Amino acid sequence: MGEYLNFHYDVDGENFVSAGQASVELKKTLRRLGLPPETIRRLSIAMYEGEINMVIHAGGGEADVDIYEDKIVIVLKDHGPGIADIALAMQEGYSTATEGVRSLGFGAGMGLPNMKRYTDEMQIDSTVGEGTTVTMTVYLS
Amino acid sequence: MNSYRHSVVLDVEKCTGCTSCVRRCPTEAIRVINGHAEINSDRCIDCGECIRVCQHNAKKAMCSKLEHYMHYKWKIALPAPSLFGQFNGLEDVDEVLQGLLDIGFDEVFEVAKAAELVSAYTRTYLKTEGIKKPVISSACPVISRLISLRFPYLKDNILPILPPMEIAAIEAKAKAKKEHPELSEKDIAVFFISPCAAKVSYIRNGFGDYKSHVDVVVALNEIYFQLIGAMKRKHTPTITSEAGMIGIGWASSGGESTAILNDSYLFADGIGNCMQVLESIENGNIPQLEFVELDACIGGCVGGVMTIENPFIAKTRLQAVRRYMPVSRNFVASDAGSVPADYFSNSLPAYTPISRLSDNIVESMRMMAQIQSLRETLPGIDCGACGSPTCRAYAEDVVRGVAGEDRRCVVLDRKKQIEKETQT
Ligand SMILES: Nc1ncnc2c1ncn2[C@@H]1O[C@H](COP(=O)(O)OP(=O)(O)OP(=O)(O)O)[C@@H](O)[C@H]1O
Ligand code: SF4
Ligand SMILES: [Mg+2]
Repeated sequence: MGEYLNFHYDVDGENFVSAGQASVELKKTLRRLGLPPETIRRLSIAMYEGEINMVIHAGGGEADVDIYEDKIVIVLKDHGPGIADIALAMQEGYSTATEGVRSLGFGAGMGLPNMKRYTDEMQIDSTVGEGTTVTMTVYLS
Repeated sequence: MNSYRHSVVLDVEKCTGCTSCVRRCPTEAIRVINGHAEINSDRCIDCGECIRVCQHNAKKAMCSKLEHYMHYKWKIALPAPSLFGQFNGLEDVDEVLQGLLDIGFDEVFEVAKAAELVSAYTRTYLKTEGIKKPVISSACPVISRLISLRFPYLKDNILPILPPMEIAAIEAKAKAKKEHPELSEKDIAVFFISPCAAKVSYIRNGFGDYKSHVDVVVALNEIYFQLIGAMKRKHTPTITSEAGMIGIGWASSGGESTAILNDSYLFADGIGNCMQVLESIENGNIPQLEFVELDACIGGCVGGVMTIENPFIAKTRLQAVRRYMPVSRNFVASDAGSVPADYFSNSLPAYTPISRLSDNIVESMRMMAQIQSLRETLPGIDCGACGSPTCRAYAEDVVRGVAGEDRRCVVLDRKKQIEKETQT
C-alpha cells in the first residue's frame, strides 16, 4: 500500500511568462496513467491554481505529486511571504494580485477556493515571512 | 492589368445590384455596373465587409476543399487560435487538436504557438533603439495592405516580424523534415485553417516580395462541421497543446497587445475604427505609445468572415478555455537579442497611389476642377443608385471616364425631366 510514484516539479518564479507549465506536465502524466478524465481535470486545475499562486504571490516554489493506488497527493511548497489570514485568503474574491497580472485574467480571488472545491482534502500551512505549504489530496475510487 | 488574386469573389448570378456593398466598402472599391457589383482589385483589401453585408450571399471567400488535398503523405494542420472559440462547452484545446488528427491530419502545429514566439520577439523588438513608434502589429493582412495603399508614411511602423501563421508554417515544415527524414519536400503540406478571407489572399499572392509558406488554406467554417463530428467520439487526447494563454489570446482583439506585458498600447477593432486610428497616428494626435494592434474584424480574428460563432460569444468561450492554460509555452529569454532572420520580414505590397487622378499634375488639376463643378450639380444624397458609393465618387467616376451610360444620376435626370415638363 505504501508504494507510490513521485513527480517533482520546480516552479520558476522568475519567469512569469512560463507560469502554468507544471500543470500541463502533470496532465500529460495522468493521461498516460489512464485516469478518468474528470479526475485529471480536477487535479490539473488544482495544480494549476496552486502553481500560479506560487509564481505570482511567492516568487516560485516546488511541487511534488505522489501517486498512490488509491489517492493522489499534491504538495506545493514555497518560501514566499506567507499568508497572514488564511480564512480571508480562502474567501472567494479576495485577492492581492497586482494590475500587471490582472490584465491576463488573474486576480479574481478564485484560486484557493477552486483548489478546495476540486480536491477532497486541502490543508494550508503558512508562516508569515517563511512561506506556505499547500497539501491537496484526491481519492481515487 | 492586375495579377492580384483576391479571395473575395462575386457570384454574378446571385447579385441583384442592390448597392449595399458599394456603400459599405471602406476603400470604395465596388461599383454596380450593368446591374451587378464589380470589385476593383487595386483597391480591395479583402476585409470581408461586402461578404458580411450582402443579403443575397453573392459575395464569398474562395478557399480550398480539404478532400482535394488528402493525397499528401504528411498533412500538417495549422489551426488559427480563433478555431478554439467555436465550440460550445469546450474545456480543453486538446480535444480540438485530437479532432484534427481524427479527421485525417498527420500532425498539428498550433498557430497560437507561433503567436507566442511573435509576442516574445515583439517584446525584444520594442527595446531596439531607433525604431519608429508606435510599432503597429503585422498580424492582420487587411491592415498591412491598407497601410501600404493608404498610409504609406506609416509603413516603417509595421512590426517587421512575419505573422504567426507564416512562422507556424515554417516551423511545422522544419519539424516534420527533421522528425521524418524519409519524407521529401513534396510529401509535406501545411494546411492553414483560416477564419478570414484576407489571409487566403495573403497566402495565394504572397505579400510584396514575400512568398507564403502555407500550401493549402481551408475555411474554418468548412472544417468545423467535420471536426464537430470527430470530436463527438470523446476519447482521451493523445496530443497536448503547446500554447498558452498568450497564444490563444491572439484570437480576439487585445490579445496581442496584452502580451507585450507593458501598458503602453492601443488596440482597436473593426475596419472603420482602425482607419480612424491610422489617421490619428499619421496626424500625430495620439499619445506616445509603444504598440498598436489593429484588427479589421470586430472582436478580432474571432470576428473573421469564415468563423461560425458570434465574435463576442467566441471570445467568452476562449476566456473559459484559457483559464487553466500556462501563461505561455513558447518564449525566448528577455535578452534574446534580435529577431531571427527567418522570422524577419518587412515586405509589403508596393505603394500604388490609388486615389491619384492622373500622373500629370496639370491634368489632375483640370480633372479636379471638373469633379468639383459636377459635384455641385449632383443632389449630394449619396443614394448609390448610380452604382457609386457617394455623389463625390460618382463625379470622379464620370470625370475619369469609367461611369458608362447605364450609370446615370436618377435624381438629376428626374429634375431635368420635371424642368422640361413645366417649360412646355
Ligand atoms: N503561495 C502563496 N503565498 C502567499 N500568498 C498567497 C499564496 N497563495 C495565495 N496567496 C494569497 O491569497 C490570496 C487569494 O489567493 P487566490 O488564489 O484565491 O486568488 P488570486 O491568486 O489572488 O486570484 P486568482 O487565483 O483568481 O487568479 C492571494 O491574492 C494572495 O494574497
Ligand atoms: S482581424 Fe483577423 S480575421 Fe479579421 S481580417 Fe484581420 S487577420 Fe483576418
Ligand atoms: Mg490564485
